[in-house]
Amino acid sequence: METLAQQLILGVTNGMVFALIALGYTMVYGILELINFAHGDLFMLGSFLALTLIKVFDLPTASSATLLLALPTIAVACAVFGGALNWSVDRLVYKPLRSAPKLAPLVSAIGVSFIFQNLGLFWGGLPLFGSAKDASAQKDVPALISNVNLLGEGAHLRITTKDLMVIVSSVIVMVALYVLVRHTRLGKAMRATAQNPAAARLMGIDVDRVIGATFVIGGGLAGIASVIYALYINTVHYQAGFQNGLYAFTAAVLGGIGNIPGAVLGALVIGVVRALCSQYIGAQWEPAVVFGMLILLLVFRPAGLLGSHVREKV
Amino acid sequence: MSEDKDRQVARRGPRSRTTTIALLFLAVVVLCVYPHFPFVDRLFEAIGHPILLDRKLVSIFIFGILALALNVQVGYAGLQQLGIAAFFGIGAYTTGILTVEKYPFHVGFWGAIVAAPVCAAIAGLAIGAPTLRLRGDYFAIVTLGFGEVVRTIILNLEGITDGPRGLNPIPDPWLPPAVAESSADPARVKYLALYYIAFVLLVGLAIVFRNLERTRLGRALVALREDELATACMGINPVRIKLVALAVGAGLAGLAGALYSTTLTTTAEPSTYDFNYSIMVLCCLIIGGVGSLRGAILGAVVLFGFDNIVSPLITELLQPFAAASSGNVFLQFNNWRWIIFGLALVLMMRFRPEGLWPSSRMKAELHHEDEGPLSKVGP
Repeated sequence: METLAQQLILGVTNGMVFALIALGYTMVYGILELINFAHGDLFMLGSFLALTLIKVFDLPTASSATLLLALPTIAVACAVFGGALNWSVDRLVYKPLRSAPKLAPLVSAIGVSFIFQNLGLFWGGLPLFGSAKDASAQKDVPALISNVNLLGEGAHLRITTKDLMVIVSSVIVMVALYVLVRHTRLGKAMRATAQNPAAARLMGIDVDRVIGATFVIGGGLAGIASVIYALYINTVHYQAGFQNGLYAFTAAVLGGIGNIPGAVLGALVIGVVRALCSQYIGAQWEPAVVFGMLILLLVFRPAGLLGSHVREKV
Repeated sequence: MSEDKDRQVARRGPRSRTTTIALLFLAVVVLCVYPHFPFVDRLFEAIGHPILLDRKLVSIFIFGILALALNVQVGYAGLQQLGIAAFFGIGAYTTGILTVEKYPFHVGFWGAIVAAPVCAAIAGLAIGAPTLRLRGDYFAIVTLGFGEVVRTIILNLEGITDGPRGLNPIPDPWLPPAVAESSADPARVKYLALYYIAFVLLVGLAIVFRNLERTRLGRALVALREDELATACMGINPVRIKLVALAVGAGLAGLAGALYSTTLTTTAEPSTYDFNYSIMVLCCLIIGGVGSLRGAILGAVVLFGFDNIVSPLITELLQPFAAASSGNVFLQFNNWRWIIFGLALVLMMRFRPEGLWPSSRMKAELHHEDEGPLSKVGP
């Protein structure tokens, strides 16, 4: 029973990080019907930036008051970086392909993903991370946030400061996103564009600006997720984007792609399933279980857990 | 407007067609005699950088078959398939299980070359039947997921697949005694046999598909790629046609898997058959031209040639510099591989979406963007 509860906590915490990445996938898909394969790798580059900033400012030796100020600053920096990068990619790569067959932006996104992975490899080869020979090695992130059990060291369950940091910061970001999408003009324009781009344009919405804003927000969320991930998992690797991106994308589909609360729900489900799978079946079976679940879900409920069935636009 | 297009295609048709046929014929003749007269290899050996092209040609043929397999699914039927490596892997492992010492089957290469495509095609039907009615991009996700599931299963069922070690040794193909005794060196005989088997299969498949394009099924496939709704309205059952394309493509990928594992004498480690491999095969089509037979084969030659011949050669030539800089990550050519592939994909999609050597039909369509059926109304 305790193991189960412990795995649930682990799953929810992991799921929160996936949720932040999944939101970027789902928002872009909702508007463009594009699977942005580069999104996971954007997240990976963000985590490299986070680690670089931590090393440059020598945070492991800083006092906890400095940390309290520095970490949110790093999160903002990574969010800006992610948003700017995502926006530039859209401008340079996807935008000229808006009227091309659907395979074209999909393939371009895979191309961008390859480029990002390679940049991540080069980033890891910078002198800052030690010998250039180990460019492809996993980089350790110093443990800046203590791993103390909040329930007291003797307790059976472990909920650490780190878990709390992940959950609290993710929830803050999600609430901010919810307010943005539900209660601002931009959010309204985004929802309208997702529903019907042509009609939105006729209503005087600048669809190109809305798409740009979506990429900025999605990239920003991935940037914040990358900081949280780096501080939580304590490693950074140039291939981490691919696997995490795939899981996050699965989460987005699971919740009903294009559906914002659905992405969060899907990510929590994926997090919990992964945790339970590694506890009871074996960690090496995780991909098979997660993707098997995805296939079954698509067969029986293609619209996802929260999505409503939409007839294909003709 | 469309009459104009037809006339345009017809006008440039005959001359360029004769040239194309002459070129292809020349290529076939050269490749037929190449193992006995490997002039390119002699040239590179003479300058001190052997590239083993004669060996690598076998792999290029196999890779070409794989590209043709994916072309049936992506190029003809317009399916967004991101998991071709799974069927390739199923073919390789079927061959492994049916031929290695460890299992009681011992059907040999000729049995496996029949069984592997059948198994892969059945897998294709099994995954396709319930999921083909899904929208295009959902199908892409299903195939991606299926690829990961198959890879994980192969990796983890160690009792059956020997896990990361792969199944080996896979025996050499049985050959008629007259052929087998034609040379004193059994390795040479095996190489020649596989060379010609792969070559004949590749050329044969290309001819079959060339003719298929003019049959009822071929036209139905292309119609489906262009406009599924209109095709359905014309009385063609889209799901059935897609299933056929999926099964044929999967079966051919299985065939390629059987050849691949026999050439290597092992099924190779399961991580060979991962998502990146699927994408590499997709890249062949993109580079050569989606829906174009000659493009798919050209793409396979360009991509495989770059990855296995040009890239190692450049690495070798750069060796003195890389060694001097104590393993600087930027100076190793290999580390630029994914940037080069990524840029190639992005630039191709932007500036030459029809590929390097497109079929005249695709080219005509993609260059009449405002009226072509492929140009969906974007947001």
